Amino acid sequence: MSDDAPKRDASESSLSRRIFLKSAGTVAVGFSLLPGCQRTDGETEEDPDADPARSSDLPPSLAQHPRIDAWLQVLGDGRLRVYTGKMELGQGIRVAIAQVAAEELHTSPDRMEVHLAETGVTPNERYTSASVSIEHSATSVRHASATARRILKAQAAQQFGASPDDVDVDDGTLSTGDQSATFAEVLGGEQITETVTAPADLRPTDEREWVGEPVQRKDIERMVRGDEVYVQDLQFEGMVHARVVRPPGYGASLENVDVQTVQNEIDGVEQVVQNGSFLAVVADGEHQALQAQQALRENAQWSEPSSLPADTPLEEHIRDLPSETESVVDDGSAGEGERVSASFFRPYVMHGSLGPSCAVGHYDGDRLRIWTHSQGVYPLRDTLTELVDLPPEKIEVKGVPGSGCYGHNGADDVAADVALLAMEIPNRHVRLQWEREDEHGWEPYGSAMLMDVEARLGDDGTIQNWQFDVWSDTHSTRPGGDPGNLLAGRYVEDASELTSRGYLAGGYRNSIPYYELPSRRVDAHFFDGPLRVSALRGLGAHANVFAIESMMGELADRADADPVAFRRRHLEDPRAVAVLDAVAESAQNVTVGTDEGLGYGFARYKNSASYCAVAAKVQAQGDDVTVTHLWGAIDAGEIINPDGLRNQLEGGMIQSTSWMLNEEVQFDETHVTSREWGSYPILRFEEVPVVEATVLDRPDEPSLGAGEAAQGPATGAVGNAIARATGTRVRSLPVRSS
Amino acid sequence: MPQQQIQLTVNGDDHTVTVDPSTPLLYVLRNELGLNGPKYGCGLQQCGSCRVLVDGEARATCQLPVSAVEDQPITTLAGLSGEDGGLHPVQAAVVDEQAAQCGYCVNGVIITAVALLSDTPDPDRAEITDGMNEVLCRCGTHARFVRAIQSAADAVDA
Repeated sequence: MSDDAPKRDASESSLSRRIFLKSAGTVAVGFSLLPGCQRTDGETEEDPDADPARSSDLPPSLAQHPRIDAWLQVLGDGRLRVYTGKMELGQGIRVAIAQVAAEELHTSPDRMEVHLAETGVTPNERYTSASVSIEHSATSVRHASATARRILKAQAAQQFGASPDDVDVDDGTLSTGDQSATFAEVLGGEQITETVTAPADLRPTDEREWVGEPVQRKDIERMVRGDEVYVQDLQFEGMVHARVVRPPGYGASLENVDVQTVQNEIDGVEQVVQNGSFLAVVADGEHQALQAQQALRENAQWSEPSSLPADTPLEEHIRDLPSETESVVDDGSAGEGERVSASFFRPYVMHGSLGPSCAVGHYDGDRLRIWTHSQGVYPLRDTLTELVDLPPEKIEVKGVPGSGCYGHNGADDVAADVALLAMEIPNRHVRLQWEREDEHGWEPYGSAMLMDVEARLGDDGTIQNWQFDVWSDTHSTRPGGDPGNLLAGRYVEDASELTSRGYLAGGYRNSIPYYELPSRRVDAHFFDGPLRVSALRGLGAHANVFAIESMMGELADRADADPVAFRRRHLEDPRAVAVLDAVAESAQNVTVGTDEGLGYGFARYKNSASYCAVAAKVQAQGDDVTVTHLWGAIDAGEIINPDGLRNQLEGGMIQSTSWMLNEEVQFDETHVTSREWGSYPILRFEEVPVVEATVLDRPDEPSLGAGEAAQGPATGAVGNAIARATGTRVRSLPVRSS
Repeated sequence: MPQQQIQLTVNGDDHTVTVDPSTPLLYVLRNELGLNGPKYGCGLQQCGSCRVLVDGEARATCQLPVSAVEDQPITTLAGLSGEDGGLHPVQAAVVDEQAAQCGYCVNGVIITAVALLSDTPDPDRAEITDGMNEVLCRCGTHARFVRAIQSAADAVDA
């Protein structure tokens, strides 16, 4: 990996501190009784109400890190290095960021090298989450680049003795008449240290060369060649391999372990590390680490873990749990008409990364370095300080892509595990590859959710009143400074209790329908559920939109209306209507045979980001259904890369279909029993529908987050299609267990 | 088990490695030979991430003892490209179709598709999805992979 980036302190500013506190206050509303709520859970960027962009003309990341060289450095060899505080998660963020920099610098994206999140090197942009990488990071790079172009032109003009207006910029070179100089020559080895204080003049829409083009990702060729791409691929001289031995269940503690036997019997064991109930082994070879892990399992005695509620159906269990209620919206309960009500349920769903989490750590006796696919290198660093007892300036965390995560998976946990191990074995690179059962059995899942909907349908065929109750656990337990949020933090000798409940508001994301309704009441009820949970793609939006769109389908049937026409009747925003019309047009000439059905789903993600509509066609086959076709349409504002956007939409629709048809984290009274792909089946090639994606470009509108937009609409559409095909409404997910 | 010398033929080159003969081939390829194509995914032969071609057949390496393939030619992702660095048609098609999100499954997809196309040079969609069914992808890039495999088949045909 390239480690030649200069170390710079781009991490903190008083401004970020101010916004941090302001946001934290918003998150804490309604939960003052819970300890630790005054401290942010770190999900501020996931809370649209706390978005600092609302109070500044500049993109929030740029307002916090206004120096141009925090984002952009001119290299001597004609390349430009662009810094982002975000991570590559498979969404192709690097090419999008290269494109916006290229656009504003009038320079080919081939010259751009994008440096991913790394503490002390890139701006602190907290987490790569909530589909805001384009809105926050790419937009910051864009304005920094446009400002840089203006400064470069002015400096070149001075050197050329010309007017800035007469200086042309073309592919890294500034010129006027017969004089020309590269960016680096004009800067004379310096960087651009000016700050961006106001939004820059962006290149006019009709002159754009790179934004809006399907520029190819550079990393895909590296992937197909089997080059070093992932944190899993990192190799260092003398690197040793680790494995962790997990307890039998969340509440178990280690009573006794025969370390000596394991060290004697297995070749190559460097060290068995036991810290409280955290148990791991480090060995010279990976196979040896696996053998030692097995031997440790056989030689460890654990206390009886606490019991999980395996005997009660989860839906009932959740309804019976104590909960705290927050009013999301309440503008009246008036409204006459036919009463239509239903309850909907989503079980725990796992991220299910194809490659289990992995990290490498190295401690030289002074500084700890961590290579990780975490979504938040700075928050991880700040949380590790307490776990390993080092100040933040002694910890460096470098982001390296991993397997796709779709939210907060085991990435931070494995990094914490490896940090503990590296501290025990100084001066060696320690690599920890989680096993499949670590990821399946211990990752923080997407919360199970329950939604009760009651609507009043008026005689005119419009909805007169909408009542919605959602029950949910928290939707983020990202590190956020709380070692109890890291798995190891709960098992080490000085174990940390959870001190905050994380981002509860994720539970009511998209719980307010985007439709025009005369009166609505939405309440969220927060419970503390049996399984470990955190952010999964879309947070609560997936289940809430599933419930809303299922109800919209049902109400359309009751009103004897076409489902698209019924939705249009309740939509005023023309951009919402446009995506719905786009999928309706795609699906309009489709023949729907016996035992087949067509269904629709729509949502505007977070009610403030991308608009997405999906049409689905399914075929009923006995007790089972096959999803044969999905059409999706998305409006994400100005499109940076249409192929990347299409890829996200296609993938989101397929993954959502997998969740809703198949997926359910199962557990017995001891622990999660879905520990491999056989007991947690995901959609396979033969089951994957034909997908068609339409992207609507709005070149004059701001770019909007898109990566999570399809999760709710696709599940809603498939559910409605199943209702049409089978005559039975889908109330409880997954379809294949209900 | 004590270490032994094992002779392997990987991507046309002969290698001698000194390892416990029960070591799964995956770890030998990755850690001894520095070949990053095959990936650890499940360790249970359920996901396809760790596949390589063993004598032309796509096989999982996560449980395959290295001693079992001593005399058989092994091809990894890196070995599919030509000596001049030119991409195999399936690799090229994956790039052309931008058929990846996180790309962690790409190894299993390409290795399996190469084996599929050698048995079925001109597959229809059903033959592709059937042939690829043991390979898991979590990002939902399946539709692009199907297109890429179809276009690779066409390229080989042409």
